Amino acid sequence: MAEPRETSFPSLFERSRAGRRAARPPRHDGPDLGGLLGEEQLRDAPPRLPEVSELDLVRHFTQLAHRQFSIDGNVYPLGSCTMKYNPKVHEEAARLFQDLHPYQAPETAQGTLQLLFELQRDLAALTGMEAVSLQPAAGAHGELTGILMIRAYHQARGEGAQRRVVIVPDGAHGTNPATASMAGYRVVEVRSDARGEVDLEAFRQALGPEVAAVMLTNPNTVGVFETHILEIARLAHEAGAQLYYDGANLNAIVGRVRPGDMGFDVVHLNLHKTFTTPHGGGGPGTGPIGVKAHLADFLPVPLVVREDDGYALSEDVPRSIGRIRSFYGNVGNLVRAYAYIRSLGLDGLRRVSGHAVLNANYLRVKMQEAGFTVPVERLNMHEFVAQPPDGVHTLDVAKALLDYGMHPMTVYFPLIVKEAMMVEPTETESLETLDAYAAALGEILARAAADPGYLEGAPYATPVRRLDEVTAARQPVLRYAFDDA
Amino acid sequence: MPYLPHSADDVRRALETIGVDSIDALFDELPSTLRNPDIDLPPAMDETTLMGHLRALAAKDVTAGPNFLGGGMRRHFIPAVTPALALQSEFVTAYTPYQPEVAQGVLQATFEFQTMMSELTGLDVANASMYDGATAVAEAALLAVRQTRRETVLVSRGVHPETRDVLATYLEALEIAVHTVDLEAGRTPPPGAVEDAACVIAQQPNHLGLLEDMGGLAEAAHAAGALFVAAVDPLSLAVLKPPGVYGADVAVGDGQVLGNPMAFGGPSFGFMVVRTALLRQLPGRLVGQTTDVDGKRAFVLTLQAREQHIRRSKAKSNICSNHQLTALMATVNMAALGPEGLREMAVGSVRQAHRLLERLRAAGAKPAVDAPFFNEFPLATRRPGGEVRSALAARGVQAGVPLGAEYGLGNAVLLCATELVTDRDIETLIDALRGSAELDGVAAHHG
Repeated sequence: MAEPRETSFPSLFERSRAGRRAARPPRHDGPDLGGLLGEEQLRDAPPRLPEVSELDLVRHFTQLAHRQFSIDGNVYPLGSCTMKYNPKVHEEAARLFQDLHPYQAPETAQGTLQLLFELQRDLAALTGMEAVSLQPAAGAHGELTGILMIRAYHQARGEGAQRRVVIVPDGAHGTNPATASMAGYRVVEVRSDARGEVDLEAFRQALGPEVAAVMLTNPNTVGVFETHILEIARLAHEAGAQLYYDGANLNAIVGRVRPGDMGFDVVHLNLHKTFTTPHGGGGPGTGPIGVKAHLADFLPVPLVVREDDGYALSEDVPRSIGRIRSFYGNVGNLVRAYAYIRSLGLDGLRRVSGHAVLNANYLRVKMQEAGFTVPVERLNMHEFVAQPPDGVHTLDVAKALLDYGMHPMTVYFPLIVKEAMMVEPTETESLETLDAYAAALGEILARAAADPGYLEGAPYATPVRRLDEVTAARQPVLRYAFDDA
Repeated sequence: MPYLPHSADDVRRALETIGVDSIDALFDELPSTLRNPDIDLPPAMDETTLMGHLRALAAKDVTAGPNFLGGGMRRHFIPAVTPALALQSEFVTAYTPYQPEVAQGVLQATFEFQTMMSELTGLDVANASMYDGATAVAEAALLAVRQTRRETVLVSRGVHPETRDVLATYLEALEIAVHTVDLEAGRTPPPGAVEDAACVIAQQPNHLGLLEDMGGLAEAAHAAGALFVAAVDPLSLAVLKPPGVYGADVAVGDGQVLGNPMAFGGPSFGFMVVRTALLRQLPGRLVGQTTDVDGKRAFVLTLQAREQHIRRSKAKSNICSNHQLTALMATVNMAALGPEGLREMAVGSVRQAHRLLERLRAAGAKPAVDAPFFNEFPLATRRPGGEVRSALAARGVQAGVPLGAEYGLGNAVLLCATELVTDRDIETLIDALRGSAELDGVAAHHG
């Protein structure tokens, strides 16, 4: 094996030279810290942070940016991630609200509070819910909040000890069962039927007096609409369970059918998906929740309310589950989502879901023409699951796509489909882009057939090539090792 | 329509390819009675109208003037180079680095973040970040429960009240008891009844701004077989003794002060750093170093068997994402400042806070607790804290985080200074306190 450091991109710590730096804060003269704080409180040696000039710093992070795929670079059709274009005007909007301190007097934060109040109202209207909390910091955090509220609801009705189970479909996102565990519940999975939907008979049998909640994504992770949703809601409620809507796939139906109208009691929204706040390389997300009236008393505090003399943060929620994070939510992202809703209006949002589903079906047909199969032959919603031809591995196709400058779809999810490729192009991609994506996939299959070794070696043109992930996990190196260490 | 590329012709071509007549026909499986409900949303705005509307809202907020607000978030120096580099569109519009060959930017930056957090805290392994400081404390408690198999948690009242609320919310669901350790003279005494505790949690500096004897608390926790969780202000670690040195097993905290705007409370990010022995219990994403097939150094998400997408209901946490972009802001910012710049910020904050107290004493005021503090301290006030804050705001100064009755200090507010506070700001605050009858004497210069 080659000596890695000779050919490797340098670390910030390798660029470091003692005495250099980029930025200088204002300085204040005064007494020594030892006298003010006590010598015993002080550290002996400074942390070994990088010491680089401003230009070195600029080059390091600019070159790193060049080693990073992004939506702004090219198509990024990760299924269930809704990698749509993030409008630039939202960044300008967020900057208008970034300098407020969370504890400043409420009368000096009336603009931001009004925006948050209106966003609560808009999201309630869009989901068909009665009340909204903007607090949760991510989709999974919204799930935890919602399930804790359901738990508190059952406890208030004297059924807390009895209802110990949460039902999730076998195709559910991993966060659903993990959330249920984190809230102290046992998880029961129900299988999917041949049409890719929840198997109604299996669902009926799973229901019972021990069930606290049913968590569903609709459309589901196979990309199809759960057509029995009204029956599922009726059965769940008859059994005394609450129905939870995982909003990961709301982009398919936004403006066209509302979770509240379908019978869901709680919904979380991923603002970084449907409402296009930037994914940021893995966060910060934002996961507000909406609930029906019977759950409103359990919402986390604080809520933004309108009073006679203006907007305020209220802790007055009678049976609140408490606080689920510090302060009031990821406000920077809430501003972006507000700007998006106000830019599009209801008509625009309906077109968003319309074109998202149009694009996904178009790309499905193009990929089928290119030699891929779909396990469920029906119209899909905003995403679909496909499989490569026999003998070709999804991972290899994904790696080969990287050489075309395109990002692969989500691979090996949902777990219930072998060699799964979950594709979600979103509404912001043009037909030419989708044509090029399908053409690249077709060419990859053709090259694989002609040269069996080609796929295993891909990618060839990326900044680094296939990684040794086994060693990474067996002998973890999780921080930079200084030579003198 | 903004952001939608299709012309009418494109739509027709796509529909023909699919073999349906209309976009609405794609939604035939939706319950017919529920389709296309009337939803009450304001009409769409063009970009100019939208920005005008938002600017009008922002104009109702007050961000100008001297700022002495702390209590978990503070206004600090953020050089222009930080957002210019961290908010490049490649970082902003990327997602989780699932395909490491084309995600070395995010992955390497995260590895550098993990290294910096390890250096600051003196502990071995940092994760790729969490939601915020409060949820990081709650996750640390859950880690301690898993590790020790004990079902009680001791938390100092010196830990931020909102953090303790979040801790209670998270732990109540799992029926884990949380006991609060009362302060004595503003600081946490060595706790009793540690015997069945999974961990002891204390904050440095504590919510009153005062310095705790963290080494003594760590010793008491360890003597009873409990872990010691240090909730720390990461900027303070430029000068204060790192948790790894005084015996903490886990360091957690909020990263806003490392280079993110306050944004009315979020997004910031949380961090968690642990001893190697606790690695397998660590929640959240981790980036590891490895090599590619050509032998080049490369970075990849690793040890994912702890996480929800693999372990599902058996995962260490349900956390899926991290707060990558705000953690990247901190990474760039720490590199821009370096150890010396970070130290100057910490030292400047401490000196200005002490200068402020000195001036207040000279004007006849006194701290609600007189003990060594970092850059924030409690001031005894005549009126309730919220009224003092509003009175000061009316005089153009943002200051005075109210302190709750649980601290038993009567009427009191927290005053905080950072390196951005000037000597003149301090005089303005003292004038405003005089003007609002919190200090005796006549304000020297109004306005």
